[in-house]
Amino acid sequence: MKLALIFLLPLVGAFLPLGIARKSSWLLASCAALPALASFFLLVSLTPDLLAGQVLIQTWTWVPSLGLSFSLRLDALSLIFALLITGIGCLILLYARFYFDGKPSAARFYALILIFMAAMLGLVMSENLLVMLVFWEMTSLVSFLLIGFTWKSRDARRGARMSLAITAGGGLALMAGLVLLGLEVGSWQLSEVLAAGDQIKASESYGLMLVLILLGAFAKSAQFPFHLWLPHAMAAPTPVSAYLHSATMVKAGIFLLMRLHPALADTPLWLDLVTLAGMTTLMLGAFVAMFMHDIKGLLAYSTLSHLGLITLLLGLGTPLALAIALFHLICHAFFKAPLFMMAGYVDQLTGSRDMQRINGLWRYYPLLTLLSGLSAAAMAGLPLLSGYFSKKMLFAESLAITQPFWAAGLLPVWVTVAGLFSVAYSMRIFHNVFFNGRPVDLPNYPPKPLLKKALLPLIPLVLITLLIGLWPDWLFKHWMLPAALAATQVSLPEYDFTQLSGGWPLYMSLFALIGGLAFYAARGPLFAIHARLPEVDAKNIFERSMHGLTDWTRSLVYNLENGSLQRYLALILMTCVLLVGWSLQGLSSWQGSLAMTPLEPGFVLGCLVMAMAAISVAKIHRHRLPALLLLGVIGLLITLFFARFSAPDLALTQLSVEVMAVVIMMLALSFLPQESPQESTKLRKTRDLLLAGGVGSLVGLLAFAVLTRPFSSISDFFLAQSVEGGGGTNVVNVILVDFRGFDTLGEITVLGIAAVAVFAFTRELHLKERVTSNLNLQGVAEAHPIILSVTARLVLPIALMVSAYIFLRGHNLPGGGFIAGLITAVAFTLQYMAGGLVWAQERMRTQFRPLIGAGLLIATFTGMGSLVLGYPFLTSTFGHFDLPLLGEIELASVLLFDLGVYAVVVGATLLILGNLGRLMTVAGPGKEVG
Amino acid sequence: MEALFAVTLGILTTSGVYLLLRGRTFSVILGLTLLSHAVNIFLFSMGRLQQGSPALIGFTDHPGDPLPQALVLTAIVIGFAMTAFTVVLALKAAVELRSDHVDGEDPNEDRL
Repeated sequence: MKLALIFLLPLVGAFLPLGIARKSSWLLASCAALPALASFFLLVSLTPDLLAGQVLIQTWTWVPSLGLSFSLRLDALSLIFALLITGIGCLILLYARFYFDGKPSAARFYALILIFMAAMLGLVMSENLLVMLVFWEMTSLVSFLLIGFTWKSRDARRGARMSLAITAGGGLALMAGLVLLGLEVGSWQLSEVLAAGDQIKASESYGLMLVLILLGAFAKSAQFPFHLWLPHAMAAPTPVSAYLHSATMVKAGIFLLMRLHPALADTPLWLDLVTLAGMTTLMLGAFVAMFMHDIKGLLAYSTLSHLGLITLLLGLGTPLALAIALFHLICHAFFKAPLFMMAGYVDQLTGSRDMQRINGLWRYYPLLTLLSGLSAAAMAGLPLLSGYFSKKMLFAESLAITQPFWAAGLLPVWVTVAGLFSVAYSMRIFHNVFFNGRPVDLPNYPPKPLLKKALLPLIPLVLITLLIGLWPDWLFKHWMLPAALAATQVSLPEYDFTQLSGGWPLYMSLFALIGGLAFYAARGPLFAIHARLPEVDAKNIFERSMHGLTDWTRSLVYNLENGSLQRYLALILMTCVLLVGWSLQGLSSWQGSLAMTPLEPGFVLGCLVMAMAAISVAKIHRHRLPALLLLGVIGLLITLFFARFSAPDLALTQLSVEVMAVVIMMLALSFLPQESPQESTKLRKTRDLLLAGGVGSLVGLLAFAVLTRPFSSISDFFLAQSVEGGGGTNVVNVILVDFRGFDTLGEITVLGIAAVAVFAFTRELHLKERVTSNLNLQGVAEAHPIILSVTARLVLPIALMVSAYIFLRGHNLPGGGFIAGLITAVAFTLQYMAGGLVWAQERMRTQFRPLIGAGLLIATFTGMGSLVLGYPFLTSTFGHFDLPLLGEIELASVLLFDLGVYAVVVGATLLILGNLGRLMTVAGPGKEVG
Repeated sequence: MEALFAVTLGILTTSGVYLLLRGRTFSVILGLTLLSHAVNIFLFSMGRLQQGSPALIGFTDHPGDPLPQALVLTAIVIGFAMTAFTVVLALKAAVELRSDHVDGEDPNEDRL
């Protein structure tokens, strides 16, 4: 629980500042610092044990089936990072107190920084890779909000967008890499992944995995070529830059490389990729930093170069190099944060960040000059300060490299030259800001005074820099070695610091120092040359390519989804044809092993008529009435087809449905134009025909391929169990009401919903134009011919009796609720047609919507009846009874269920028909039906 | 017989799809109906085309496959409900948009 508290405290504490946004700035800052401090001291209390080599792991099960557990891990490595995050975080909060000094946005800042702190803590303390990924993305998101903190400025918005695009893009790659890693190992638990290093390095996908993970880490840690976002993130308020872009977020990528060191590092590929990225970033950052006139810009590029240095060391792959990298990381955090804080103050007090104007500030801020001077000297690597040792350790390490060949000769020279540049830019930020003559044309002149206590947050940081400079061996022995042990599982010997005080490392740093000073001295001409170089604004290029990308996707979307149903259908069908066709590639021949059954004249005739009718419908579809009649012909042929091929139930259903479908379409047609205009072009018709032909051939071929192949079905079960378990001999009906009763319940529900939807639509539909357009008054007079209405009345009782018979026998012979319902509906439809809507409605006792509801309820309650008796939903039972007059009869509980089906079918069908019919009564839409 | 059936099915589907791609709602409704016929008999044929063997116990020694029949039976009924729904939708669209074009605007055929 202690572990969870460490990151939960800042997370929950983030709400604290929001609650007291309007109170005094000290109260606000203390409230924000409280959770951070609590976390910090919690960590401190654990420190001795962890440095002694203890590893704390805590696991809460989350989604065990995915191998996902919420596990936290705290060892010496994560401890160092966590201490940096909380410790520097506290000082940043204090600094923000002076930086924002009562501005209303301060509360938002505190809340975001605390959330960010929690995310970083979660990241360094994750024991599960997937959990780590979640925190990783969380840092990207929160940093987006922080960089875009002053969202009214265009630069801030663009910088935030750029950093999100790059770091979150890297996050995607990282996710893919970690998933691959987890799949290879079979677990996402860090301890298991780290133990499986050899297996991972030997695996086939190692290269891909490594590249993906490095993409994520490099994007986060701003390694070349993903370094672009970091300088542009300087649009953020300075506390954000000091915290995220010196001490924490950019170190997340480094942390990942250290954490996964045993799993991934120390292979030739690792060495090449990581070292090269580090080298490039180191040199690029160090060189460009010198030429930045913006203080924060200079610091940003110098941060880049230090990150490159750390990455370079990690690339070497040895545990010692990792320990040195960690050492430098700590030094960097402590000397870079004060410099950022200084930059923030200077910006606020003078109103400018341009070093061409800011000069000679030592007169105004002597103490700040001292503190910045110490930090800058440490950054340059001057003796007796922290950076001195880390840099010389780097030089020594670069000399020790023998493999690969290119690194052996190049590396020492490379790091020395980079060291030279770093001396130059350190010199510049100190000398240029605080000395170098007098201020030029400052917006605030003389600069505003700086409160003494505002320097409070800088002092501990500078002190630590001094202390590390005094006792580097203590830090290395008691902190770096346990951390390196925790990271690499290799126990290192103590580092001999005396070897640094002479020989090549000394000469190299001397050379860098003198060269750097000379370089700085020659800055005048160099700046002039630099100014003449063409300026490349990465942000503009990025924005332009982003705009290009969005424009391209937008036009793609508009082209695909232009709002035309025809376009959508064509695309869907095309995809369908391509995918199905593609997946059928493996089929050697369409015809299977079964012999075809011989042709019969009746079948041939039926098929010919059907085919011709189908073609004709397509051909004459613009003449709507004839096309509809032909469609009816096809429906009837389908009925015959079902009847012929042993499906009496289907034939009965199709017959009744066909009648009503044609009636409905007929009704609709009376409102719509009778002819479709000729509007498709030749080309268009050809395309559609090709597409339709493709779909048709595919369906036909598929059917042919299946039909000529041996057949096996799961239906044997249904056939065997029908009488025994379902109590009926009509297996189709038994399946509907018993075996698959739940399906049927769903289906009648859909039917009911569709009918109610039709009802709702017709309710508000006013067909104004119809009466005037094509109504023949003569025809209206004879709308209900006497012969028809008399016959219809005669037919009704007979039809109802037939439907009752069909209903009752349905369990054993063709029939059942669906068919009986349709027959009843047809009989009533005939009454509507013969007698007119009003006439029929007056005599109809039942409303249709309640009928649908009742049917659904009957069906559901029948199913629940079995629940009451302790059987699963919809379990059926049946028995044989002797009834007077009727003789022996079998009654099954499913009969009741079928009654529900019957009621829904009748209700739904008549609700649809009645309401459509209502629209076309002569008087216009009358009272709604049902 | 299977070959002839497959050809007929293919023609039915082709006509259905072709009508589906037309620009007027009524043609689309016709197309949908044709297509649902095609789908129904396709599904039905998966239980093989057998004569004189309804899925009734005791009626014949080799009853047909009842499962596709049960599936198709409900498909027919639901297909009817959906046709009705589409019809009303088409009417509503024609009244509200003053056009029976599927895109709601008069002949403005989109590019290929």
